Amino acid sequence: MKSCKCGLNGVKLSMVDPHHVIIGAGPAGVTAAETLRKHDANARITIIGEEPEAPYSRMAIPYLLEGDIQEAGTHLRTDAEHFNSLDINVSRERVGTVMAGQKRLKLENGNDVEFDKLLIATGSSPIKPPIDGMDLPGVHNCWTLADARKINDLAVSGSNVVLLGAGFIGSIILEALASKGVNLTVVEMGDRMVPRMLDETAGNMLKSWCEERGIRILTSTKVTEVVEATGGLHVVTDGGERLPAKLFVVAAGVKPNYGFLASSGIEVGSGVHVDNHMQTNVPGIYAAGDVAEARDLSTGGYDVLAIQPVAVEHGYTAAMNMAGHPTEHRGSLNMNVLDTVGLISSSFGSWMGVDGGTRGTLADQSGYRYIRLEFDDDRLVGGQAVGLTENIGIMRGLIQTGLPLGSWKDKLIAAPERLAEAYIATAHGISHA
Amino acid sequence: MQRALVIDPGKCTGCKQCELACSYVKEGAFNPSKSRIRVFDFHQNARFVPYTCTQCDEAWCQQACPTNAITTDAFGVKNVNDNLCVGCKVCTIACPFGTVNYNVATGKVIKCDLCGGDPACASACPTDAIAYTDVEQAGFDKMQAWAQKTDAGALQA
Repeated sequence: MKSCKCGLNGVKLSMVDPHHVIIGAGPAGVTAAETLRKHDANARITIIGEEPEAPYSRMAIPYLLEGDIQEAGTHLRTDAEHFNSLDINVSRERVGTVMAGQKRLKLENGNDVEFDKLLIATGSSPIKPPIDGMDLPGVHNCWTLADARKINDLAVSGSNVVLLGAGFIGSIILEALASKGVNLTVVEMGDRMVPRMLDETAGNMLKSWCEERGIRILTSTKVTEVVEATGGLHVVTDGGERLPAKLFVVAAGVKPNYGFLASSGIEVGSGVHVDNHMQTNVPGIYAAGDVAEARDLSTGGYDVLAIQPVAVEHGYTAAMNMAGHPTEHRGSLNMNVLDTVGLISSSFGSWMGVDGGTRGTLADQSGYRYIRLEFDDDRLVGGQAVGLTENIGIMRGLIQTGLPLGSWKDKLIAAPERLAEAYIATAHGISHA
Repeated sequence: MQRALVIDPGKCTGCKQCELACSYVKEGAFNPSKSRIRVFDFHQNARFVPYTCTQCDEAWCQQACPTNAITTDAFGVKNVNDNLCVGCKVCTIACPFGTVNYNVATGKVIKCDLCGGDPACASACPTDAIAYTDVEQAGFDKMQAWAQKTDAGALQA
């Protein structure tokens, strides 16, 4: 916790302001840097990010592709002088290794950076599936601004585009590609769309919604190889189809960026493992965001929750602790919201239910409306919805507070659409309605 | 001095003038479904609860916004900048009160912004169930305490 350098015989020679180093310029890193500045006016704060852009939001990339915003619209902070004005140094470098014991980083350019406290907020990277042809021209991820520029060049109206993956990220890209008027085919190995966000009923609602709008969705299908063909590529499926594609976009999932920590002594599980103060096993070294294996509110266990709101919570909590204000991370809630060519869906917490729990569902297949709530005793622990957006955040509020719903639980099992009423009534002590 | 909407459900008669006023001022139509304040009607109990954004300190919506489109002004009000909002809806799931909502017509999110300091709902309320007053007034503390219960990161004493 001390920021002083001590000389011989332990005599303090001088007080030096601490140097907080943050690896990663995404939402976790930026939130942490700002929080550190707010709580320590004098600290030296450095963000090291490997991309050449101003800190930006990957989440905004689909809207860039749709033409709703320009590149500047993806920036996490709109004021170009924001980081300068807070005296936060943003450096464009790639970190090679972390020498935890020496409190020192080695950059890939050979330079060393000393730190007093370190935050690992390196995010995640797309998984490259083991398929032949992934290095051919016309094969792209949709992860960085650089990827987005390439996709924008190739995804012209009327051209054939194949998208691998209808998970959460794939489905967001699907929306952006569809808006560009391309001939879109989506290949998903799961039995439905967004299998890790929505159940079968909801995932298949999304699928038929897309199909009604001219998008071909192949579920339970794998891509076996990608080959060059006249005018572009052929994407070959395990169903024996050869799908012509000028552009093949790969969204086969992401993995946390912790490879550079291999010999650092920092413990890694599914991500960089942190305790309830976001600290790794090495004192003074913290982790946040997509790369962190941190407390999950729903399970009480430790897991990677690679979503924007969690990155911000992690970044804030880590920075408070780095600044010397012990702050406990109670756990983050997994949640997602998706707009699939106009059909909005969301899911929260243990949407698949828990052992010994109870459930309320309401499904209107042709009307594309669905709500499913999961309870443990009389508390909401998870939920999902399709076609319902009004007051939807209440699902988070109820799950996160663990508010006992009492007699409202049975009312919600009978009529899950009364969720907002249940919340207001419970908060105001109205039990019979 | 920060001011806020202080809602006293005990005084609400369920007339829904606030919803009409809000939708007219913000959306140009007398249409309660477009109102940013909603009156929950528990008629079997003869209870009515007006409900809208409390402009909470935690600013979940602002924290979750990936494009800096939600900012807090000098009066503590969380405002959505339509030019920066991309319509990603993350704030709508991040707000544990469910008081940020997606507007399909514009592709942006909408929330109560206290009408820039002259909230139409409070002016329209005939029974003072909705008052625009200093934040120290009774009632607001309770709402804030409620808001804090949902906090993910608790500062330890």
